[in-house]
Amino acid sequence: MGKPKFGVVVFPGSNCDYDAYYALQKVLNYKADFLWHKDTDLHNCDVIILPGGFSYGDYLRTGAIARFSPIMNSVIDYAKKGGRIVGICNGFQILLEAGLLPGVLLKNISLKFVCKDVYLSIENYQTNFTKGIEENTILKIPIAHGEGNYFADDKTIKELEDNNQIVFKYATKDGKVNNEINPNGSLRNIAGIINKHGNVLGMMPHPERSCNPVLGRTDGSLIFNTLVNNILN
Amino acid sequence: MFRAKVLIKRRASILDPQGKAVEIGAQHLGLTNIKNTRIGKYIEFDVDTNDKTEAEKEVNDYCEKLLANPVMEDYEITLEEVKWANLNSE
Repeated sequence: MGKPKFGVVVFPGSNCDYDAYYALQKVLNYKADFLWHKDTDLHNCDVIILPGGFSYGDYLRTGAIARFSPIMNSVIDYAKKGGRIVGICNGFQILLEAGLLPGVLLKNISLKFVCKDVYLSIENYQTNFTKGIEENTILKIPIAHGEGNYFADDKTIKELEDNNQIVFKYATKDGKVNNEINPNGSLRNIAGIINKHGNVLGMMPHPERSCNPVLGRTDGSLIFNTLVNNILN
Repeated sequence: MFRAKVLIKRRASILDPQGKAVEIGAQHLGLTNIKNTRIGKYIEFDVDTNDKTEAEKEVNDYCEKLLANPVMEDYEITLEEVKWANLNSE
């Protein structure tokens, strides 16, 4: 197979769509297409990105209305067939509303919109998105959100832990996961989770904002490149 | 036609940072007895059918699938038949 192709969904109010497209196409040299929310055709893309932003103005609840866009029926079908989906920030919120991942993202416990670089520990090195990354790698990737406080009931958290579905946790620079470093109140410092089947990833940090060396950080590209390598092999 | 009124409440087990912040405002106002402020949503809409069973089904679907998130919220529905005379008087 040739290089995998990425599809970046554009919802009304998405604002990281072009960042994702730019990082994938111009910086990392992969094929990428925009996918309009009113369309249903996924353009034969191998990986679908639900980008960050404020789809439908965040009205009602974040991601609640975007989840019913026509393109989402195709995305949900594709996910159920094992297609790879990455939801970033608002995209993560949409995946939760769509029921492709469990739990909800509540308002940050500080009530502040938090926009800064954070460090992430990788909790599972066996996923499509992390397999091949050297163990004990700490990723430096920015977050930018007002509602990233992951919550789920005890049973769901236990399931996530038992099935190794927690992929990224907020950590210190040397990989310690503790309360002080938690930027938003997320249970267990959760920054990113994967579905049971291992093909749908949701994460609050923005890997697309950490690909271009000009910006002084490139750890996001590790996630995209690892995914591509795992698709090709 | 029916008029639906939906009250959406966050479950007691779910933190409400917004309610907490608003309560700080109450303290600043000197309202020392105000406790446990929690913020929900109130939504009204019309249901354009005369069939009550159909109306109830649609309102339930609307709440279940879109207006409320069953992971963190509960909802209460009030459905009232609207007569033309009522409409004119409102």
